[in-house]
Amino acid sequence: MKHWIAFWNIVVKDMRAYYLKPPNVSWGLIFPFAWTAMFFIKSGRGLESVLAVLPGVVAISVLFGTTSMLAVTVTFEKKSRSFERLLLAPIPLELLMLAKTGGAIVFGMVNAFVPVIVAVFLADLSGVAWWQVVLATGLISVSSTFLGLFIAVAVSEVFEAQTFSNFFRFPMIFLCGLFFPISALPIFLKPLSYLLPLTYGADILHGAFHGGNSMPIGLDFALMTLFCAGLFYLSIRNIHRKWIH
Amino acid sequence: MAILEADGLKKHFDGVAAVDGVSFAIDNGSIFGFLGPNGAGKTTTINMLTGLARPSAGKILYQGRECTQHLKDAQHLMGVVPDESNLYPELNGFENLCFCAALYGLGKAEREARARRLLETFGLADAAGRKFAGYSKGMKRKLTIAAAVIHQPAILFLDEPTSGIDVASARQIRQLLADLKREGTTIFLTTHYIEEAERLCDRIAFIVNGRIVANDEVAALLKPVQGRFATVFTFQGSGPSLIDNLRSTFPDLDFTPESQNQIRVKSTGPIAIGPLVRFFEENRIEVAEARRVQPSLEDVFVRITGIEALVMKKEKEKQGGAA
Repeated sequence: MKHWIAFWNIVVKDMRAYYLKPPNVSWGLIFPFAWTAMFFIKSGRGLESVLAVLPGVVAISVLFGTTSMLAVTVTFEKKSRSFERLLLAPIPLELLMLAKTGGAIVFGMVNAFVPVIVAVFLADLSGVAWWQVVLATGLISVSSTFLGLFIAVAVSEVFEAQTFSNFFRFPMIFLCGLFFPISALPIFLKPLSYLLPLTYGADILHGAFHGGNSMPIGLDFALMTLFCAGLFYLSIRNIHRKWIH
Repeated sequence: MAILEADGLKKHFDGVAAVDGVSFAIDNGSIFGFLGPNGAGKTTTINMLTGLARPSAGKILYQGRECTQHLKDAQHLMGVVPDESNLYPELNGFENLCFCAALYGLGKAEREARARRLLETFGLADAAGRKFAGYSKGMKRKLTIAAAVIHQPAILFLDEPTSGIDVASARQIRQLLADLKREGTTIFLTTHYIEEAERLCDRIAFIVNGRIVANDEVAALLKPVQGRFATVFTFQGSGPSLIDNLRSTFPDLDFTPESQNQIRVKSTGPIAIGPLVRFFEENRIEVAEARRVQPSLEDVFVRITGIEALVMKKEKEKQGGAA
C-alpha cells in the first residue's frame, strides 16, 4: 500500500509538472493534427485514404510524444539532482521507474487518440477493431516510453537526449511500415525493420484500421510485449550501472 | 547502541581509491561530524551509506542489521539533505513537502498535517504557496531539510547544510539541528566549517584522502591543544605578508594566517603581546585588535591533517559562497 502511495504521487506530480503544461498539451494536439493533414494531402486521394494513413499518424503521435517527453524530463531531473530524491525513497527501483514512465505512457495514449478523433469526422470507422487499436496504442506507448527511458539513462545532458531520440525516431518513421510497406523497402533495410518494436505496433494498427496487417496479430502482440520487457530490463540494468555505481 | 556502523568501506573509481577502508559507528541520538577537505571522500561515503553508490568493499549496518547490498531496506530510516537543494522548482513549498512525504508512503491527511507543521517550525509558513524556484538560498536549504525529516527518519544525513547561505539562515539551521537532536534524531553532518562542527557534534571524524585520520568525541579531540595559548591579531592593512619575518624573529611562536588581515599566534606558554605589537609598529602595520582565544577544533584539525582550515574554507567558498 505504501509503495502505491509513492507510485501514484510520482505519476500525478509528473502529469502536473510536465505533461499537462500548456506547451505540451498544444504539442500533443498540433503535432498529430499536422501529420494527419500532411499525409492526407500528400496521398492526393479522397477521404477514403484516411483509414490507410491513420495507423501511421497514430503511431508517430505516440512515438514522438512519449520519447521526447520522458527522455527530456528524466535527464532534466537527473541534472538538477531531484532524481536522487526518488532513488533515496524506499521503493523498489522497478516500481519507481514504472511510476516515472506512467505519466508518459498515459500522455502517449492520449496523443494517439487526437488523430482518431479527427478521423471520426472524416471517415467511416465502423469497421475498426477498437480493442486491437487500444491494445496496440498501449503497447506502442509503453515501448516508446521505455525507449525514451533507455535514451535518458544513456545521456547526461538534455540536448543529448533530444539528439539521441531523433537518431532512433526518424529512421523508425520510414522503416516500420507506417507509411511505406516493408515489402517495398530495399532488401538490406528489411532486417532493420524487424528489429524495431514500432514495426509490430504499426502492423497491428494496419490490421485494426483496414485489415492490412502482414503478420499474425498474435505474433505482433507477443513481440511488442517482448520489446517492452527488454527495453525496461536494459534501462533498469543501465540505471544500476550508471546511476548507482 | 549504534544506529549506523560502517566497517572497512571502500570505493574505487577507475582503480583510484576515493574512500579507502573507512570505519566508524554512530550512536543513536548523537550528532556525528564528518570533516575533511574537498575530494576527501565525504560525499562518496554519504552516497554509499544512503544507497546512491555501491561500496567496492566493506559493510554497512543499520540498527545492527547488515544491508550493504540491500540499502533499499534501510532507506525508510534515513533522511538526506544533499549539498545542493534538490527539490522540485515547479512545485510550491507545501507541495514539495507533501510529495516527499508521499515517497515514504504517508497518507494524504498525515502528510498535509506534517507539511504544515514543518513549514511553521522552519519559519516558511508564509512562503508555503510560493514556487520553490522563487525561494532564496537560505529558504531553499531550510525546505530541503524539512523535506528530509518529514517522514521522521531515525538518522539524518546533512551534506554541507550551511554552505553558501547567509549568516542568519545558517544560525537558524544550526538551531533546528540542535532541536532535531533533542527530539532524538541521529545526525550525520559533513561541513567545511570546523567551528560549526565543534559547536554541534558529539563525535567527529576527520577524513583525508579517503581515510579517517582521527575519530573521537569532541572533548577527547580537543585534549592535545588544551593548555596551549593563542592570540589573534587583526590589522588595519595586510599583516599576513609579514609571516616569514615573524617566524624568524619569534622562533618559539607559531604563526598562521587567519584571513586577509588576521594572524593567529600559538604557543605552548603564555604569549607576551608587547614584543609582537612593537614588531608590527616597527614594520608600520597598525594593529586594530589583539584577542586571546581558546585553542579550538580548528587547531586540532590543522595539527592532525596538516591542512589549514582557512584553505579548506576558501575551497568551499569558491564553490558556493560562505555561511
